[in-house]
Amino acid sequence: MRDFDYIRPASIPDAIAAAAEPGSAYLAGGTNLLDLMKGGVTSPQRIVDISRLPELNRIERLEDGGLRIGALVRNADLAHDAAFAKAYPMVAEALLSGASAQLRNAATVGGNLLQRTRCSYFYDTASACNKRVSGAGCAALGGENRLHAVLGWSDACIATHPSDFCVPLVALDAVVEIEGKQGRRHVTLAEFHLLPGETPQRENALEPGDLIVAVRLPAEAASFAANARYLKVRERTSYAFALVSAAAALVVDGGKIRAARLALGGVAAKPWRARAAEAMLLGADANEATFASAADAALADASPSGDNAFKIELARRIVVRALTSAQAGTPERLPALPASPFSNIPGARHDA
Amino acid sequence: MTLELGLNQQPAHLRQGSSIGQPLTRRDGFLKVTGAARYAADNHPPGMLYAVLAVSSIARGRVASLDIEAAKAHKGVVEVMTPRNRPALAMDPDAKDHPFMFRLDLLQNDEVRYPNQSIAVVIAETLEAATEGAVLLSPRYEELPARVGLDDAESFVPRGVGVGNPAVQHKGDVEAGLKSARTRIEATYETPAQYHNAMEPHAIVAAWDGDRLSIDTPSQGLAMAQGRIAGLFGIAPQNIHIRSPFLGGGFGSKGMISGPQVLGVLAARLVGRPVKLVLRREQMYGPVGHRAPTRQTLRMGMDGQGRLTAIDHHAKTASSTFDDFFEPAADASHTLYASPAIATSHEAVRLDTGTPLFMRAPGEATGSIALESAIDEAAHACGMDPLEFRLRNYAEVEPMTGKPFSSKALRECYSQAAKAFGWASRPLQPRLMRDADGFLTGWGVGTATFPALMFQAEARAVLRADGSGLMETGAQDMGQGAWTAFAQIAADGLGLDIDQVDFRAGSSDLPNAGIAGGSGHTATAGMAIHNAGAAVVAKLADLATENKASPLFGAGNEGVVARGGRLYRRDDENRSESYAEILTRAGLTEVEGRGKGAPDPASQETYAKHAHGAVFAEVKVDPDFGQIRVTRMVGAFAAGRVINPRLVRSQYYGGMIWGVSFALHEEAVTDRRSGRIQNANLAEYHVPVNADVPSVEALLVHEDDPHINALGIKGVGEIGVTGTAGAVANAVWHATGVRPRRFPIRIEDLLA
Ligand SMILES: Cc1cc2nc3c(=O)[nH]c(=O)nc-3n(C[C@H](O)[C@H](O)[C@H](O)COP(=O)(O)OP(=O)(O)OC[C@H]3O[C@@H](n4cnc5c(N)ncnc54)[C@H](O)[C@@H]3O)c2cc1C
Ligand code: SF4
Repeated sequence: MRDFDYIRPASIPDAIAAAAEPGSAYLAGGTNLLDLMKGGVTSPQRIVDISRLPELNRIERLEDGGLRIGALVRNADLAHDAAFAKAYPMVAEALLSGASAQLRNAATVGGNLLQRTRCSYFYDTASACNKRVSGAGCAALGGENRLHAVLGWSDACIATHPSDFCVPLVALDAVVEIEGKQGRRHVTLAEFHLLPGETPQRENALEPGDLIVAVRLPAEAASFAANARYLKVRERTSYAFALVSAAAALVVDGGKIRAARLALGGVAAKPWRARAAEAMLLGADANEATFASAADAALADASPSGDNAFKIELARRIVVRALTSAQAGTPERLPALPASPFSNIPGARHDA
Repeated sequence: MTLELGLNQQPAHLRQGSSIGQPLTRRDGFLKVTGAARYAADNHPPGMLYAVLAVSSIARGRVASLDIEAAKAHKGVVEVMTPRNRPALAMDPDAKDHPFMFRLDLLQNDEVRYPNQSIAVVIAETLEAATEGAVLLSPRYEELPARVGLDDAESFVPRGVGVGNPAVQHKGDVEAGLKSARTRIEATYETPAQYHNAMEPHAIVAAWDGDRLSIDTPSQGLAMAQGRIAGLFGIAPQNIHIRSPFLGGGFGSKGMISGPQVLGVLAARLVGRPVKLVLRREQMYGPVGHRAPTRQTLRMGMDGQGRLTAIDHHAKTASSTFDDFFEPAADASHTLYASPAIATSHEAVRLDTGTPLFMRAPGEATGSIALESAIDEAAHACGMDPLEFRLRNYAEVEPMTGKPFSSKALRECYSQAAKAFGWASRPLQPRLMRDADGFLTGWGVGTATFPALMFQAEARAVLRADGSGLMETGAQDMGQGAWTAFAQIAADGLGLDIDQVDFRAGSSDLPNAGIAGGSGHTATAGMAIHNAGAAVVAKLADLATENKASPLFGAGNEGVVARGGRLYRRDDENRSESYAEILTRAGLTEVEGRGKGAPDPASQETYAKHAHGAVFAEVKVDPDFGQIRVTRMVGAFAAGRVINPRLVRSQYYGGMIWGVSFALHEEAVTDRRSGRIQNANLAEYHVPVNADVPSVEALLVHEDDPHINALGIKGVGEIGVTGTAGAVANAVWHATGVRPRRFPIRIEDLLA
């Protein structure tokens, strides 16, 4: 491993000042950054360890009814916060469907948003990758790409964003609170991650030195608590990234959909908010036909980037199921196999 | 506690002893869960340096340049070993004196023949410095196009497959059998390359003292490793001491010493200091073997009663460009199902990969998933229940050779497992079962089998005047429980309680215990231990029965039994004497006996020797998504005498979970252009997690085998993989109506 400087700032301004130097990287849980460093995928010269900044560790209820989650809150702590899980059950379910218990204990809110793609060519430093080396080319095109994007990709990059957490967050209009040299600013999560276009190396709205300090959920995000599900299809029952996932939340009144939120994971370089589908759901009857047309709308622009056409059909079906499950109602308790299609197997139903 | 042991080692004199048959927990378990067990990489001799491999990122070509200066300039780097300065060897690493001498990449030249091949070794004061030094080498290559897939090279018929079986074999006339058949099936199945992925990476700590070499490294075959290293370095095997008390799994990848391990020894030689070299996870995908990919075509014909008229099993596989190991997949059809005509054949291509090697059930596992799938297709074509079809084609003698089985309790296995599973209520047609939650539910069966092999082993036994005993054999515990099972055999062999026995293993200065592989270690080293025990007890008995002062005087060997540290007269149990009394009277501090374990050539000729089993699996499949979950498995296995049911069961569990892995998860995803493996890590190279194996049951079916060896032991380490993979695949078909033809089964294959 390359030598690097290690800095542990005492305050947020110190952290930002330290990280503004070129070649710096924040260290939170380290579950992604350290792997990337060990593999030579990234080689920061300076590590700014924010993991002990106390003010980033809190979950605060805001006066306007919203919620502010500090960037260093651990994925496990957030999911197991009873009040949080009650108000935003699909977010808790998504968190608990990710990685393993050990990783969730270490991984942070900010780190989860900023985790890099799992595209194997991004990790394989002998392969061409526009994300790693701008202009180098994209080895995933024409390579082993059955897990790659079906929405929003470009010829420069077909990678996906792998987070589960971000999928329900983007559906619930989460906002990223960023502090940088210019002070504090808010960016919606929907706008936070960038599609690759011609510049896949630019993945998000952060400028050098920018620190995510919190993620906010607006007041109305809690209004979906009764009818919200996250569903994740993967290649083993646990401890696998999503092939495709969906977060669906509804407010249903007298059989009519009064509000709808829908987002997809594992399909694009960002958590994919399906606004056209939401528009179609709004005011419609909550039934399978509606859900099927919403699914078609959500995937209307999808196209395979390689050997992955199956993901489009899979995504459609997942959308229908997620909406159906949301309509059926949030389960009383989080299932033992969170977000799994098998979460309802009797006997496996106990608290996660 | 009763143990009776006749001193004449005829099988008829053997009984279930006090230790053999007991479900003892692992004797090394406490050390392992407390972290006190010292694995190879835990050793730090004084002055030790760290070596890190630089490995090739291309599959084929040559290394054009390495920036050795840059690496050496890095703080802490002591030396860089390349073909230019690598210490001389007494033997060409590409020499092959016998089929089991596999060619090694020991920096003999600048050629690259597979990705992750070692191209240099950086030796430094710290692991970090060595790691960075390896990066700084910034290799440049002259690259040639890689040959990656089974269709990328010209195929040929290998001279032999597996351990030297003929590549093409037949009995009867398969074409005639197919022609006369009422029903026929033909299907092609593909299995991917798989990597052993033992939890413990290959690691070595090597220290030279003049021409003497001391090594800590995990090894499934200490004496073979010792011999191989001795040959390479031109030193006497006795000058090499290898310690391998614990292995964090091997599965065949630690059977032969690998190139990187020898590079650790070379690095220590080069710098004149002890050196530690540990493979990174991704570096295990190349130089330490793998299971080769296969494409297998099966043709079967059946008569009007569902009896097989012909089996034709053809397998295409791959070896490396520079060595020969050919996965003997088609040979799976030799032993299981009766048929008047059987033909098996292999062809192979040479690809730019590391040499494939033995991986848990090599050939048996790959062949089994194809054979068991095809048998299922054949049963369905005949409109028969797949269990009934298997029973209809039950082999009373080994189908290919016509030899009788030394023992075969497979019928018992079928019936016990079917009953425990509840097979009887299974509908014949697929896609008919749904559970209350709407999941497609399917049940499948597969037959498990694995040859009961024995190799060569030796053991040394000592009885001491203080009443204790010692048993020594260089056996290897890969985690399977050898420390415990062998101590149990030793205790019974010595006529002592297990806690009176000092059992030593895992070191090359002990008698050669042969290889922990081929599921033959317990039988082979176990028989050596058993015979060594008998030999030392016989000596002790001579001391007593020939001495007038002994209450056993005149009893003769046949007339005494050894039990609990005493010898008893068989005809009068009131007359006995303790080991300590006998030795003290004779003025001896100890007596020694030696024993060997080896297959009996006469019974080898006469009998076919195999363990058998039946595995039933239930899967649930999401009807919309095709996501699969194995919800239940029941296996029943008959493998001769069970030394320790707890350990044996966990071997079956592990094997069955490997079967699930084979059917549903494992695959080295290889870039079709570069030949580099894209998922060389445990996040993306999937194996089952706990949630994938909710309920696994293994039933031990009683089986006496009077021919196999005096202890009646077959092997249990690999059989669980076979049968299971097919059972899962067949259950997926039964659930969905989609016949899996490539493995692992992918979601897209089930998205109807
Ligand atoms: C084997 C494995 C399996 C996994 N499976 C899943 C899965 O199924 N689903 C899933 O969603 N995730 C999964 N993950 C990813 C995991 O969720 C992320 O690694 C984790 O969330 C990252 O958080 P961290 O705190 O460890 O981030 P770090 O590794 O510390 O940081 C990640 C990146 O974010 C930057 N960063 C961190 N915090 C901040 C901040 N506050 N402001 C600015 N920049 C910051 C760092 O500089 C770095 O670039 C898996 C990971 C592994 C290793
Ligand atoms: S898909 Fe994106 S991340 Fe993957 S190789 Fe191409 S550019 Fe790199």
